[in-house]
Amino acid sequence: MAMELDVFVGNTTIMDEEVYQLWLDGYTVSDAVKVRMEGGVMEECEASADVLLSDTMDQYRTFQMCERLLYSPAKLANQLLFQIPPHRQAILIERYYAFDDAFVREVLGKKLSKGTKKDLDDISAKTNVTLKSCRRQFDNFKRVFKVVEELKGPLVENIRQHFLLSDKLARDYAAIVFFANNRFETGKRKLQYLTFQDFAFCAGQLINNWTVGAVDNMVEDMDVDLDKEFLQELKELKILITDKDLLDQHKSLVCTALRGKTKAFNEMEANFKNLSRGLVNIAAKLTNTKDVRDFFIDLVEKTPSCVGQIHGRHQKLYLQNVSRLKRISSPAYFFPCLSPPPPPADAVISAPPVRTFSVFDLSAVIISSLSASLLESSVCKSDL
Amino acid sequence: MPGKLKAKIVAGRHLPVMDRASDLTDAFVEVKFGNTTFKTDVCPKSLNPQWNSEWFKFEVDDEDLQDEPLQVTVLDHDTYSANDAIGKVYIDIDPLLCNEAASVISGWFPIYDTIHGIRGEINVLVKVELFNDLNRFRQSSCGVKFFCTTSIPRCYRAAMVHGFVEELVVNEDPEYQWIDRIRTPRASNEARQRLISLMSGELQRKIGLKVLEMGGNAVVGYLQCFDLEGESGLVVRAIGTACTLDKLSSGSAPNTATHTHPNTAPASNACNSPSKDGKEPVFGEDLLSSSGPPTPFRALPTSSSSPPPLSPSKPCSRQSSSSDTDLSLTPKTGMGSGGSAGKEAGPLKTLLRQQTQTALEQRGASSSGLLLNAREFPFFTLTSFPPGFLVHVGGVVSARSVKLLDRIHNPALGNTRSYKLLDWNSVTADEPETRDAWWEEIRQEIKSHAKALGCHAVVGYSESTSICEEVCILSASGTAAILNPRYMREGCLDIGIVDHRFEDPSPPSCGFCHIPYDELNMPFPTQLTYCYHCRRQKVPDVLFTTIDLPPEAAVTGKGCLIQARLCRLKKKAQGEVNATAISNLLPFMEYELHTQLMNKLKLRSMNALFGLRIQISIGENMLLGLASATGVYLTALPAPGGIQIAGKTPGDLSNEHHILTIQKRINDTIAKNKEIYQINPPKLFALDPEVFCGTNMELTEEVVGSPIPEPRQRSRLFRSHSESSDEVSELDLSHGKKDAFVLEIDDTDAVEDIHSLLTDATIPTGFNSCNTEIMPGIYNWTSAVQMFTSVRVFRLSNANLTNQGLNKIFTDLCENLLKSFYFKLRSMIPCCLCHLNFTVAVPEEELIQVAVTAVAMTYDKDQTQEKPAEKPITKGCIETEEQLQFPMELCADSSSTNTQLSSKISVSSLERSSPVPDGRSRSLRSTRGFGGSSVTVVKMTPLSFLPGTRIIKYLGIINMFFIRETTSLREEGGVSGFLHSFIAEVFAMVRAHVAALGGNAVVSYSMKECVFMENPNKNQAQCLINVSGDAVICVRETDQEPVPSNIGQTCTSETDGAT
Repeated sequence: MAMELDVFVGNTTIMDEEVYQLWLDGYTVSDAVKVRMEGGVMEECEASADVLLSDTMDQYRTFQMCERLLYSPAKLANQLLFQIPPHRQAILIERYYAFDDAFVREVLGKKLSKGTKKDLDDISAKTNVTLKSCRRQFDNFKRVFKVVEELKGPLVENIRQHFLLSDKLARDYAAIVFFANNRFETGKRKLQYLTFQDFAFCAGQLINNWTVGAVDNMVEDMDVDLDKEFLQELKELKILITDKDLLDQHKSLVCTALRGKTKAFNEMEANFKNLSRGLVNIAAKLTNTKDVRDFFIDLVEKTPSCVGQIHGRHQKLYLQNVSRLKRISSPAYFFPCLSPPPPPADAVISAPPVRTFSVFDLSAVIISSLSASLLESSVCKSDL
Repeated sequence: MPGKLKAKIVAGRHLPVMDRASDLTDAFVEVKFGNTTFKTDVCPKSLNPQWNSEWFKFEVDDEDLQDEPLQVTVLDHDTYSANDAIGKVYIDIDPLLCNEAASVISGWFPIYDTIHGIRGEINVLVKVELFNDLNRFRQSSCGVKFFCTTSIPRCYRAAMVHGFVEELVVNEDPEYQWIDRIRTPRASNEARQRLISLMSGELQRKIGLKVLEMGGNAVVGYLQCFDLEGESGLVVRAIGTACTLDKLSSGSAPNTATHTHPNTAPASNACNSPSKDGKEPVFGEDLLSSSGPPTPFRALPTSSSSPPPLSPSKPCSRQSSSSDTDLSLTPKTGMGSGGSAGKEAGPLKTLLRQQTQTALEQRGASSSGLLLNAREFPFFTLTSFPPGFLVHVGGVVSARSVKLLDRIHNPALGNTRSYKLLDWNSVTADEPETRDAWWEEIRQEIKSHAKALGCHAVVGYSESTSICEEVCILSASGTAAILNPRYMREGCLDIGIVDHRFEDPSPPSCGFCHIPYDELNMPFPTQLTYCYHCRRQKVPDVLFTTIDLPPEAAVTGKGCLIQARLCRLKKKAQGEVNATAISNLLPFMEYELHTQLMNKLKLRSMNALFGLRIQISIGENMLLGLASATGVYLTALPAPGGIQIAGKTPGDLSNEHHILTIQKRINDTIAKNKEIYQINPPKLFALDPEVFCGTNMELTEEVVGSPIPEPRQRSRLFRSHSESSDEVSELDLSHGKKDAFVLEIDDTDAVEDIHSLLTDATIPTGFNSCNTEIMPGIYNWTSAVQMFTSVRVFRLSNANLTNQGLNKIFTDLCENLLKSFYFKLRSMIPCCLCHLNFTVAVPEEELIQVAVTAVAMTYDKDQTQEKPAEKPITKGCIETEEQLQFPMELCADSSSTNTQLSSKISVSSLERSSPVPDGRSRSLRSTRGFGGSSVTVVKMTPLSFLPGTRIIKYLGIINMFFIRETTSLREEGGVSGFLHSFIAEVFAMVRAHVAALGGNAVVSYSMKECVFMENPNKNQAQCLINVSGDAVICVRETDQEPVPSNIGQTCTSETDGAT
């Protein structure tokens, strides 16, 4: 029966999670009805196709009305139009802001502009995510980006509070914002094997250690922009390649730290000079915006192939390093050691190793996460 | 100067962007009451302005306080052009006038615009200081409590039931004023909203005055309706039952029935009942006799229901009422139906058709010389009664009348627009009288019907209208009953009718079924048997009523919703011809609806209908009839027999076979239904031959192909016909005197009918449905509640325009609606859809609109079969007795004490059977939810209770009227999108008002009007919605003190304006 008008409104807003997901995935009403029929709801409740259609339309309408509120999820909690229990609200928000890894991988590091939005149909075709869903995800990225752009304080925390997202999702969004802001190139073919989660991990590390926020937590954009001063200082690392003594010292420090902790250790030790040179060269160029953008490509391209092996290190080490890096990046520790350029020879023994270690380690950590795919594959398993 | 109204504007939030350039808004607020307006400062460039204004004080008359709403308008300040209105909030301050209700209104209100819908929210604080010397206070009707609930509200007890109150006010509809041609739709809508708000206030005040005159302090079962008569005006009318209510207060000592003064009664312990069961009003006998004497009433020289004379000196300062007040207060008792008919426009215009539903003919009984006070209507809008109140029930009485709406009613004034402009108030002055006379006529008729049934009262009484162009059907219906006069004010009922039955108290579980009329002088032919429960009194074979199932009634199995649906085509016509055509069709429609109901009842093996509501709607080219009721198997009544099919041409073999098939299907269905509804009547009385059809499954075989050997199964339908209906039905009547209940298949129509009977979809497992307050057979509700409103409009294509086709479409429409509810609410299984209230309308020529409001409630499946009431629970007794106070001094007759006691026990145990608690309390408002401010959860239900909770305070009546219009229909998602958001907005506004009063629930919620008009070509639509209910605070049954609970719902804490 075709209805001229057909509405159902509950005092407590009724929402079917399955239909919500179909709506989010950009299914049209008729497609959604088909999917639901195949899902077998009908048998379950003796419903007919008419009933299903009417229900789906109702739900779609409800979601469309809610969408406006979901743009600023905080509103959802104190709006009066829909009476939605808090746990449902949380589900609505979390699902609305969820994204497809395939899609995000395509736009990661791209400017969230109208131009990119125009390309969404290509991305949709490529990733098999419906255009509607692509648009929603893209708009979500853009919305989050715009909001946090103007906020002070830690990026992840801002996202979580402003959009009432779970910690995990907030971190992912932080990564997206971070990448979009720094415009890291991630689309090259050589980087294709890396997943979004790999990048997200790197972003987390970079945010924690390389941004202004790592040293001062009340600046605007603190977690979004890389610390220029720090990048400048990285140039001094060249000494690790030019000075034979320091190189050796560096090598022994790193080897001590990594010995027995990675299967790739031998190769790393053997190739240490090349490896170190490659990484230091990359680090030294980071003052240049173009080079920042190419950071990930450079890591893959310009370090000896054996780096790949290093990635396979035991995860424990990688965790250790993370904690160590945090320590190093605390301002009290960081600046006294690093600031005075150029370091006197004897000071190098105490201070630079810490620092070089940090840089190398960071690279290693980054690279290791870059190759999370490797981790997952055989290398990792045999390692464990 | 009896009152000072104070309002404070605190803040706004989520305002819309009014200035495109800055994406911000410069908002300020105008606060208006009567003719006084205050403004706040402009809060520049903010979507979340903080005004934190001073207290705006209005010094006003209490009459105005009752009539007028506080009007809060939010505007955007423009330096160069006119200020743009963002939206408005109307706040009804009536709840603040009653010292037992709310003390402050404080909270976030949605800012509503009739074109854009909700646009942000505003936080407002309102207080009233009444200079209350109490006597003064009593002179206006401030303080009279109003309840939509059609039973004695929980946490009150009725010291006295005074009787029927009614009132109506008429005004010109602003939409039809000449000025409407030049003003914006917004201005027109707002004028309408405001006018209706004023009229409701006025109406309520007037009713309040009547109640005070009668010596009451409350109106229960308050039913207010609007008749949008178009050109001829706007009628707001209301009926209710005047009562004297005492607040039950338990205090700290549960063993003393002390009556704390309402003011001092703490909200948390206003009622110490551990639980309130679904249907039991707190009302009973004050066994301890410790309460004070009932509120003294003034014995009036005239009796209650026709407007009592008021002191003419009472100044009527209301702008639109200066003349009509006086007129409507004129006692109209002398106005017989004939008189008013003549006055209207000749006999054709006042065709009066009435029909009694189950059982009514004037024969015999009318001449029995019962002298009821002719000037009084012993009507009660209540549908549920305290134990012992309802003695016997006769059956449904109803009356309908077709009227022509015509401006000729104001002959002296003519109808020149310009004249109306000059003094349009006086134009309408005459109308209340006309309308009053119409209703008076109908009520008289109802009364005489009741009398014919040997009853002196009508309970479950309601009135409704259906208007199409200038034709209007007025309908009234109720249940004829005999009430226990002890509960009445003296003179309210004619005691002369009391007969021997009063001295012989019937058991409560069956007493109400016993016939009230004289066995030897029956008003209609019916089959009487001795009561299957007590074997002492006679009962009819079938009982139809408009009331709720009495809680103490003995029921076998479960009940279910039974609907009869009917469409009748009608030629398009104008004026009198149209009215004639309609009134000619009415009796046939009623007859057919009745047949359907009876058939469906039999098909479900049930023998009584409760909550019967028959709605007949007129459209330009058709009439729609919808009868809804809850079918029940009353243990006291005889078992219904089956349905037998007979062919007209017995010779035809194939036909014969066909009939056999159908017969088998019917028998199968009956057997299946017995199983579904668990109807296993006890086979106690072997002497009765009919008991054979108990539970046994052999029934099917036994009956197949053989005529059912039951002499009693004659359909009651043949007896029901109106006194003015044609002789055709008389012929049918004689036909019905054949021995079995036979459905004759003589043409295709009949086959269709039977098919439609059988194709009624069965309810999916796990669901139950009813249209009454409670579902017979389910006693263990859990706390989940989902109230919903659903509206469907179907556009007929021309091809379908036959009666049969229409019937099919209409039936499918209703069935599909139900199916879709079952589907949507599947997560609540096992659950029951209660109070399913269907409203049909024919908004345009080819449209059928069905609107449903109902509540889904979950229950505990394990105990459904057991009615715990059967075993007395001593533990509950003591406590319960105190609540069931009833002033014994009202009457010395204590003969029915036993009755009451036993029912009390059943009540208490019933109460205990719904253990799952839920609900929240006012104190929760002070606890902060996460994230600063969130919203109070407000539950809504059309029932008078919320399962698992008890109501500790009634905060006042919610009666709201909204108009929404759009000129961008497509952009808002078409008609469905438009109406969907409007209904959601209405819910939101109701919730916000309740929350602002400090409440957390609305009970007895109903959507009385939902008028939807569209013009897709112009991309326009308009909708009017009127909702009402009682705002309450309820707490979980188990909570002694209101404490925060139920984490799942701890979405609490309004940001209090003051903080």
